[in-house]
Amino acid sequence: MLPAWMKSFTRWPAAQNAVNDMKQLYTFIRKEFAHVLRDRKTLLILFGLPVVQILIFGFALTNEVRNAKIVIYDQAQDVASQQLISKIEASRYFDIAYAVMDRAGIEAAFKKGDIRLAVIFPQGFNNNLLHTHHAQIQVIADAADPNTATTLTSYITSIIQDYIASQEPYQITPQIRFLYNPQLKGAPNFVPGVMSLVLMLVCVMMTAVSIVREKETGTMEILLVSPFSPLMVIISKAIPYLLLSLINVITILLLSTFVLELPINGSIPLLFAESILFIITCLTLGIFISVKTNSQQVAMLISLMGMMLPTILFSGFMFPVENMPLPLQLISNIVPSKWYYNIVKAIMIKGLGFSAIWKETLILAGITLVLLFVSFKSFKIRLS
Amino acid sequence: MIETNKLSKRFGDFIATNEITFEVDKGEIFGFLGANGAGKTTAMRMLCGLSTPSSGTATIAGFDIYKQTEQIKKNIGYMSQKFSLYEDLTVIENIRFFGGIYGLSNQQLKTKSQQLIHELGLEKEAKKLVGALPLGWKQKLSFSIAVLHEPKIVFLDEPTGGVDPITRRQFWNLIYDAADRGVTVFVTTHYMDEAEYCNRISIMVDGRIKALDTPRRLKNSFHAASMDEVFYALARGAKRSE
Repeated sequence: MLPAWMKSFTRWPAAQNAVNDMKQLYTFIRKEFAHVLRDRKTLLILFGLPVVQILIFGFALTNEVRNAKIVIYDQAQDVASQQLISKIEASRYFDIAYAVMDRAGIEAAFKKGDIRLAVIFPQGFNNNLLHTHHAQIQVIADAADPNTATTLTSYITSIIQDYIASQEPYQITPQIRFLYNPQLKGAPNFVPGVMSLVLMLVCVMMTAVSIVREKETGTMEILLVSPFSPLMVIISKAIPYLLLSLINVITILLLSTFVLELPINGSIPLLFAESILFIITCLTLGIFISVKTNSQQVAMLISLMGMMLPTILFSGFMFPVENMPLPLQLISNIVPSKWYYNIVKAIMIKGLGFSAIWKETLILAGITLVLLFVSFKSFKIRLS
Repeated sequence: MIETNKLSKRFGDFIATNEITFEVDKGEIFGFLGANGAGKTTAMRMLCGLSTPSSGTATIAGFDIYKQTEQIKKNIGYMSQKFSLYEDLTVIENIRFFGGIYGLSNQQLKTKSQQLIHELGLEKEAKKLVGALPLGWKQKLSFSIAVLHEPKIVFLDEPTGGVDPITRRQFWNLIYDAADRGVTVFVTTHYMDEAEYCNRISIMVDGRIKALDTPRRLKNSFHAASMDEVFYALARGAKRSE
């Protein structure tokens, strides 16, 4: 039923047309929602995906290493070595499995595979330290997993430094502050990453597939024969996914705030405005793909390979873009998720305002406009 | 209702539809026959506004095929070769949706959908998904939805493909009902027995209309006992086929 104020407009033909258009649009959008809500599998992917990704990235994928098993080969057996060993033992990062009595023991321990690190104190460790102010400790790490090895050696180095510092009369201790992320948690990096990934996936793939499905089943022809304009078909396809994606954004933000304890430092309205912009970018991409393809499989494949891979590779959330060869760095600039990722990072973690991200916003808006232009140009009003 | 004059469609060198000229009167059931690849579907798509003609003129319900596609769209119904309702929506949702995009009011939608469901005897299935219905029922539903907004002309592109003879008979009863209400029916088919149900038929061969008359007169002029023979006599000379 039309509300009363709308009815009063219907006296003028132009207004009446507009009201009819709105009604048709509403009919269409309701139908799109029926499609999505009826398809349990899609629904599960749609709303399960962000939750699963946040939880996996939040709890399973972490660079922190705790209770790594190590062995000690203490040839010195003196005051200094004992003090240092007890310091290592006290740390939550290391777990001294056992002491070995010779080099062969170390090798055997590594070969068994349960040992990450070996620490060797040479004979006369304490003496050297006292008289020459110079002593050596050998640290051997299992570099089959290079990341863990690097992390563990840096942990042990800092323990040793700490010990040395407490021994000497003159001390220079560097005060290191990790800005924006003092606890070096992984979450600040991947929450914006997951947001770009999920939005990319949901908007691009779902839109593309739902339009191509209509082409495949033949309902698109019926729609094009009807007085409903093709532009309206596209708009009414996009609106439900825009709303569903916003629900995803809210889910991710709630999870990251309350489960991962990562507060949003910047303005939430700004974050949402930027998210809507990115969602529109993705929707246009999806429309573009659907215009160019005729089967659901192809549309899905292109969305997955063409969208997800660049997002993972080039947005900077898994691999730092700065370390890539120049051509790849240039390519990364046309990947919309890179800009969105940077925007979200700036707002969520650094708490920056619009003045800091207007450039990224402008680029994202530019990409969107180009995509919009290209896809509407190639969208065939008449089939063939 | 439909008037075409030398309507043609070329795809590069290939002339899919070559200067076809014919007229269809109001309330007539017009059969549009031809072998696969003869150019039927192309011709029909031009008449529905899905494809722009390369040359020639045509009017549908008095509207020009080039300039007044919007008015044409409001006045025609279309049922395509492929079954094309939404299988994941219920019967009633499909009716409401297609009625809705043709701009029917809520009141009209309500009465019309009840009427339609009653006529097709689908009371029990109204809330079931269309995908769960047997093909014959789907086709009947599809046709009823195509004429829901009371178009002046309805285009049917091989509507009875893959349907059993009894259902086909029932389907034709629906077509006759629509014609009785004054709807002009433009139908393509492969079944020659169905051709006999039409008021007039045209037979296309290689993009041209080779014959156009009532089934009875066609049989007489070709000295044939059935439409089958007429069709073979004409289609034998075809150069292109799939």
